[in-house]
Amino acid sequence: MNQTLEFDSASVSRRIMDALRLDPVLLSLLLILAAFGTMVLYSASGADQAAMIRQTTRILVAMLLLIATANLPLRVIRMISVWLYLAGIALLVAVIMFGEVGKGAQRWLDLGIIRFQPSEILKLAVPMVIAAYLSDRVLPIGFKDLVVSTVLVLIPVVLIARQPDLGTAILVGSAGFFVLFLAGVRWKIIIATAVSLAAATPLLWKFVLHDYQRNRILTLLDPESDPLGSGYHIIQSKIAIGSGGVFGKGWLNGTQSQLDFIPERSTDFIFSVFGEEFGFLGSVILILLYLAIIYRGLYIAAHAEDNFGRLLAGALSLTFFVYLFVNTGMVAGILPVVGVPLPLVSYGGTSMVTLMVGFGLIMSIRSAKRFLV
Amino acid sequence: MLKREQLKDDYLEHRLIKRRLIFSAVVAVVLLSLVVGRLYVLQVVEYDHFVTLSDSNRIRLKVLPPTRGLIFDRHGVVMADNLPAYRLEIVREQVDDLDATLQRLRQYVEFDDQDLKRFEQASRRRRPFESVPLKLNLTDEEVARLAVNLHDFEGVEINARLTRNYPLGAHAVHALGYVSRIDERDLSEVNEIEYSGTTHIGKVGVEKYYEKELHGKVGFQQVEVNANGRTLRVLSETPPVQGNNLYLTIDSRLQRVAEQAFGDWNGAAVAIDPNNGEVLALVSMPVFDPNLFVNGISYKNYADLRDSPDRPLFNRALSGQYPPGSTSKPFYALAGLELNAIAADKKVFCPGYYQLPNEPRKYRDWKKQGHGHMDLNDAITQSCDVYFYKLAYELTIDRMSAFMKQFGFGRKTGIDSTGERSGLMPSREWKRGAEGMPWFPGETLITGIGQGALLVTPLQLADSTAALASWGTRFQPRLVRAIEKVPGYEKVEMTSKISGRYEVVKPENWQHIHDAMVNVVHGLRGTAHRIARGLDYKVAGKTGTAQVFEVAQDEEYDAEEVHEKLRDHALFMAYAPADAPRIAVAVIVENGGHGSSVAAPIARLIMDAYLLEDT
Repeated sequence: MNQTLEFDSASVSRRIMDALRLDPVLLSLLLILAAFGTMVLYSASGADQAAMIRQTTRILVAMLLLIATANLPLRVIRMISVWLYLAGIALLVAVIMFGEVGKGAQRWLDLGIIRFQPSEILKLAVPMVIAAYLSDRVLPIGFKDLVVSTVLVLIPVVLIARQPDLGTAILVGSAGFFVLFLAGVRWKIIIATAVSLAAATPLLWKFVLHDYQRNRILTLLDPESDPLGSGYHIIQSKIAIGSGGVFGKGWLNGTQSQLDFIPERSTDFIFSVFGEEFGFLGSVILILLYLAIIYRGLYIAAHAEDNFGRLLAGALSLTFFVYLFVNTGMVAGILPVVGVPLPLVSYGGTSMVTLMVGFGLIMSIRSAKRFLV
Repeated sequence: MLKREQLKDDYLEHRLIKRRLIFSAVVAVVLLSLVVGRLYVLQVVEYDHFVTLSDSNRIRLKVLPPTRGLIFDRHGVVMADNLPAYRLEIVREQVDDLDATLQRLRQYVEFDDQDLKRFEQASRRRRPFESVPLKLNLTDEEVARLAVNLHDFEGVEINARLTRNYPLGAHAVHALGYVSRIDERDLSEVNEIEYSGTTHIGKVGVEKYYEKELHGKVGFQQVEVNANGRTLRVLSETPPVQGNNLYLTIDSRLQRVAEQAFGDWNGAAVAIDPNNGEVLALVSMPVFDPNLFVNGISYKNYADLRDSPDRPLFNRALSGQYPPGSTSKPFYALAGLELNAIAADKKVFCPGYYQLPNEPRKYRDWKKQGHGHMDLNDAITQSCDVYFYKLAYELTIDRMSAFMKQFGFGRKTGIDSTGERSGLMPSREWKRGAEGMPWFPGETLITGIGQGALLVTPLQLADSTAALASWGTRFQPRLVRAIEKVPGYEKVEMTSKISGRYEVVKPENWQHIHDAMVNVVHGLRGTAHRIARGLDYKVAGKTGTAQVFEVAQDEEYDAEEVHEKLRDHALFMAYAPADAPRIAVAVIVENGGHGSSVAAPIARLIMDAYLLEDT
């Protein structure tokens, strides 16, 4: 203990942050967002205090896990990537064989004490394993590595899509492909893939998508065609958001949300409650807040010590963006209804924990290089 | 990795990743701008529109269930329609204390646990502010009592809704089927959204088979309601589309004649037009009133129907499986001629019994003293068992089984209704598979007179008779003649489908069978000679008697009833007019004794009604 005592409070908190290996900028942004989210949730759940307490507990637990993850040395994280990935795949197979069916899809695994979705593990394990695999290869990524990585991404994506859980499959898939993109997949290949996917769309439409998924896309194009089914969500969500106007109706004053018109209003559709009560201005501020978090993540990625850190931090931050875009796009009626929560705001524990652990990984990446501001 | 590959250059790689990160950041901003732009349109540009929707509001979605399609008989007689009936319905959101409300409602109207259970089930799948039926079919008295006190019950409504009605009552119930309250199992088979306002669904028969056609498309209304949930005005409406109407092939007048012809007998009769497979009458006796099921049959009524020894709920015409007895003989005779096992004019001596070579057991003819010398025509006309024992022995079970299958034995006809069973055409493979036993020669003989394991449904027998009438062509039997598409009322005729065609080796073989069957009715020694009196047209037919006691039927008889229930089943199959058949009939009278005395007269009444009064 030969440190000089500092009385400057800013530098004290800096020291605490450093000791805990946390990034003060990212942490503050996450805390502001979580606070915002709890407020909206209180309104969306119809001022349900029990739900509030549960959600706050989740945030606290998730925060502890974030701190724990942030304190894992980066080389340890890199080492366990493969095992985490393999364990995740094994659990996915276990879900297919012994999983519980909830709402018509098989996603949950009951471990006696807790029930959880193994697909959540893969949201982290997939970018981790790809980043670890590519980190000591020569970049830009070569053809053989590209093929191997693509297979590594597609195995869990197909397993998850078959549950069926399209939302999670999209998130896991994009996490993996972001790593590949950052690792420098040639534009020629990217464009060729995009073009052939577009060409294969009619086939996907016919043979791969489930009826309900096709319906959701059709409904997006013309919600009024199916106002009793999935169109109902979109119509009601649009009314709620639109009636919020520039300044919103005020916290707890959203008539649409308070009157039960919005389905899933505390989970996937919570953004429409927010839009109604806080208006256009509030929505823009919320999106900017998200954007700040994404940019901080990308900044850490750009300045990380090695390729593993760069690729992983970049992919995790971009996946966070996909959450945001898919959810807000769906609620605003420009994307089809896909079960993706509004990150850190929607009610529910699993995605909250995964996201926070993800940010823990990003913070660990940052700590690996001390001089980063 | 090869040596000459470049070494890792961290500076270049870092630059690559950075460039890609910047690119991603730009794309992220662009995409989020799209979302913000969309929000701008919703919240700023179209604000007025949405605030109107939201404020003046509250806008609610009301489900408008479609009206079920009507069912007519072939001449346009209404067999199923929809009548308004009053229902007690509850909007859960508007009731503060449901239990108390239910308690108070009991003062005015009776409902039991079953009603409550259905109410709970329906509540689970309702959308917000949708009314859920608690009790259907209120009596006028109940409506009057409730209406006066309705102001005390916030959220309780009396609504008149169209409800299925069968104006013919019990007539043709087994041809038509019925609808009943929808339950969770039904819901798992249909699109829940399409059924969100629907309370009834086809459970059996045509009503179930054509559920998709009959149901129609759900409609909805966006309505503006006041704070109490009362509708102020309708903002937009997509009207429901009525279900399609069905025209059955059934002739309800013929159906009624056929049902009455049975008197107190149990049994089944099926009449088919051999030229196209249209089912003209489909009778299973006894019948029951399908209207009982529409509004939720009471437990006692249901138990009475279910436990009645006459089993009225059992559709004998499609699900009942009976040994065909001697009605199988014309088919075997044809098989014998076609496969050169017999010649039409070759005589067989019938001493009253038949013995397999090297076996002491005597297989008896129904006529103890024997028929004497019989050719093919005599053997069919007088239904000589010995002739057919011998034929079966020469054909062997393998050839019999293969031949009979071509006439539809042992196979479902594929009729457009529910509950059809396949009957059974035994074979060596079947016996080894089903009982793990080898086939015994004696069984071939028993099968050769339509007994033993051989089973047919009345529908199958009518179908096979129609195949004889049309000299080998089997049309898939069907109950629906046309579907009237609503809207537009365009009538789409159903086309006849040929389900099998037997190409005969020698055309005169048909003639032999045909002549013999005409002789069964019109010959002096014919077993159905008694129905020939006063007949204005020619009938080709065959009687049959099915022994019950030897046969394992999946029915358990009450000890007291054993005697009556062990009497033989009487069968008759026929087509007429013999030279240009327009109708093929199969009649089975349970425990009716001989086919000639009970079943044939019923068939004659059906044919008379169709051929004489039709034009």
